[in-house]
Amino acid sequence: MVKEIKRGMAFTVVTMVLFGGAYHVALWALGRVAFPDQTEGSLIRRPDGTIIGSTLIAQAFTGPGYFHPRPSAVGYNAASTGGSNDGPSNPEFLKAVEERRDATMALERVRANQVPSEMVTASGSGVDPDIPPDAADLQAARVASARGIPVARVRQLIEAHTEPPAWGFFGRARVNVLELNLALDRAFTAPAPAAVKYSGR
Amino acid sequence: MGTEAVAVGAVILFATATSVPLGRYMARVFSGRRTWLDPVLVPIERLVLRLTGVRADEQQNWKQYSVSLLASNVVLWLATFAIVSLQKMLPLDPDGIGNMEPTLAFNTISSFVTNTNLQHYSGETGLSYFSQMFEATFLQFVTAATGIAACVALLRALTRDRETHIGNFYVDVTRASVRVLLPLALVVGTLLMWQGSPMTFRGAARAITVEGRPQTIARGVVAPLVAIKQLGTNGGGYFGSNSTHPYENPSPLSDLVETWSILAIPMGMIWTLGDMVRRQRLAVMLFAVMVAMYIPMVTVAVAQEAGGNPGIARLGVDQASGSMEGKEVRFGAPLSALWAVSTTVTSNGSVNAMHDSLTPLGGLMPMVGMWINGIFGGVGVGFINMFIFIIVAVFVAGMMIGRTPELLGKKIESREIKLASLALLWHPLAILVGTAIACHVWTATAHPGVALGWLHNPGPHGFSEMLYEFSSAAANNGSGFEGLGDNTAFWNISTGLVMLLSRYIPIIAPLALAGSLAAKPGMPETAGSLRLDSATYGFTLWAVVAILGLLMFMPVAVLGPIAEYLTLR
Repeated sequence: MVKEIKRGMAFTVVTMVLFGGAYHVALWALGRVAFPDQTEGSLIRRPDGTIIGSTLIAQAFTGPGYFHPRPSAVGYNAASTGGSNDGPSNPEFLKAVEERRDATMALERVRANQVPSEMVTASGSGVDPDIPPDAADLQAARVASARGIPVARVRQLIEAHTEPPAWGFFGRARVNVLELNLALDRAFTAPAPAAVKYSGR
Repeated sequence: MGTEAVAVGAVILFATATSVPLGRYMARVFSGRRTWLDPVLVPIERLVLRLTGVRADEQQNWKQYSVSLLASNVVLWLATFAIVSLQKMLPLDPDGIGNMEPTLAFNTISSFVTNTNLQHYSGETGLSYFSQMFEATFLQFVTAATGIAACVALLRALTRDRETHIGNFYVDVTRASVRVLLPLALVVGTLLMWQGSPMTFRGAARAITVEGRPQTIARGVVAPLVAIKQLGTNGGGYFGSNSTHPYENPSPLSDLVETWSILAIPMGMIWTLGDMVRRQRLAVMLFAVMVAMYIPMVTVAVAQEAGGNPGIARLGVDQASGSMEGKEVRFGAPLSALWAVSTTVTSNGSVNAMHDSLTPLGGLMPMVGMWINGIFGGVGVGFINMFIFIIVAVFVAGMMIGRTPELLGKKIESREIKLASLALLWHPLAILVGTAIACHVWTATAHPGVALGWLHNPGPHGFSEMLYEFSSAAANNGSGFEGLGDNTAFWNISTGLVMLLSRYIPIIAPLALAGSLAAKPGMPETAGSLRLDSATYGFTLWAVVAILGLLMFMPVAVLGPIAEYLTLR
């Protein structure tokens, strides 16, 4: 039995060095050379080096001149991600969806059946960076009017930023909200900072 | 929906096609034949064995094999328990994570050592980088290899004739981790980094968003963990939100890689069996029986999730893309449903959508997967569960036609049936009794919603949350209806114990069975023998799994998901 425990200890130490250590070092070294941007988290920086965010992680947008991401159960907190875990029959959940529907109808001036379900349901991670193209189209008129630019130009931008499914059939067509908003700011003047309210989250 | 259904079918076909060469490769590794990766990997294997103090030709009987397995697992448990309990004092903690509380550490380590990966903590706030590497990722390799080793020993025993030796645990576990899991994990990890999964020691990124808010973005040593969590049917995520998190699963392409990684080895093990016991037709029959259970489950789940939530449909919004609560846009409803079924039939337990928010019947399918717990079968252990059903089906079929039940020329007698029954009955016992105790505690407590605060959802769905948790613990799965407030002493200790017992009973009992089969003389098969590779036996096996494996769970299924389905319709 003592022999077995000794072998167990030796095995634990050896494999810990191999799989806890060497395996990570190998992938880290490869990643640094081959995918330096992705392995650091696909960050976007301002010219002065400060970080704006990550293309893979949703951030809150509330101003009328920007496209809004999907609802988040964690307030887009990328340090503690998660979904709502609301069951499909939970009355409180269905009430929250109804309130989001009404808010979206009022904000975008549309009918209920024009509201895509993605915009009234929380994502699994709470930081889903994408919206489907119809959810972007839904917001085009509002964004255009807040910026005083033609809707057609905004729609062109949406189309340019629509990522099709892989090989035409795998996954879904989607629009990255942060990239689209940054493209908007590049193409047209950013909305006045006064229009942006700091919510504290 | 049309193209998305094609995508679901494509994943299954792709995984099936690639599982054949993978299964053959594994058979070559475990029977000591040469493979093309030997020049790189065999030196590592030899080094590990030499440092462990094991000779490559050392043989063990089933008892010695089990003792080695248990002794190594005890040491693994203690070592990793120490790591998470002392992580504040250890290096590589850029985000300043504190030590893990004892009952949570008991649950976490029991969960990872048993290959369950039920997580009552959240990775970004609960584990330092050091713990993620030397506890989580490390155990995801070694415990998956332990499951494969146990399965290989079982297969080997089936081919032995009047022998007591079934191989060597350390040789098998080293081969499984170094020569099967390691090369696959390096490839999958590289693909994930390419798609956007981070691998950095620099700690969380601090951003000022476009609208001027601060945002802290947790990063870390993500890609290596995600690769092995998928391949080893572990499922424990780097982040609390698992593979819904864009850093764990950045794109449709990474989703394809990860779904493939869930299925590849469990499917491949069937072909390994065919090769090792030299019965390809038997492997084809077993694969067909499993597919005949898997495909209907995928179909129901995809149809339910793509069909949407009736409660949301009543609000008049456009639900053409299905039920999207808890799901990510880049995957959509059908690929999320495919993952939900695949991750639970194989005892993986990672998620790319929140299972608590699945539609009622869409959420029933993962539970069915865990109740059967033997389709394709986790990395190793899953097939062991199916093996138990095979023994029982042989017995039932033998009784029906009035012949002595035999398996591959070996008589199935009282001792084998007793051991198989023990392994078979433990699973429903753990789930149903565990859920019953939880329900009792809930109803016996005054104002349970305030006093206990376990259940996030009311009504039948709240019952499902408790049922799911025990199903997941007993199936060594690790997914959850995460609305359950499970980081409490009750859940940490009860599910911790269930995980430990549900890991070692279904490994040790079949090893004992294997030892007893190996010692028996093989009899030549005659025209009177029961043909295991026939369609008749295949159908019998399918029916035995459906009846014995599922019927005991019918009442709880009705109380939870089915009641919810009927009220929401």
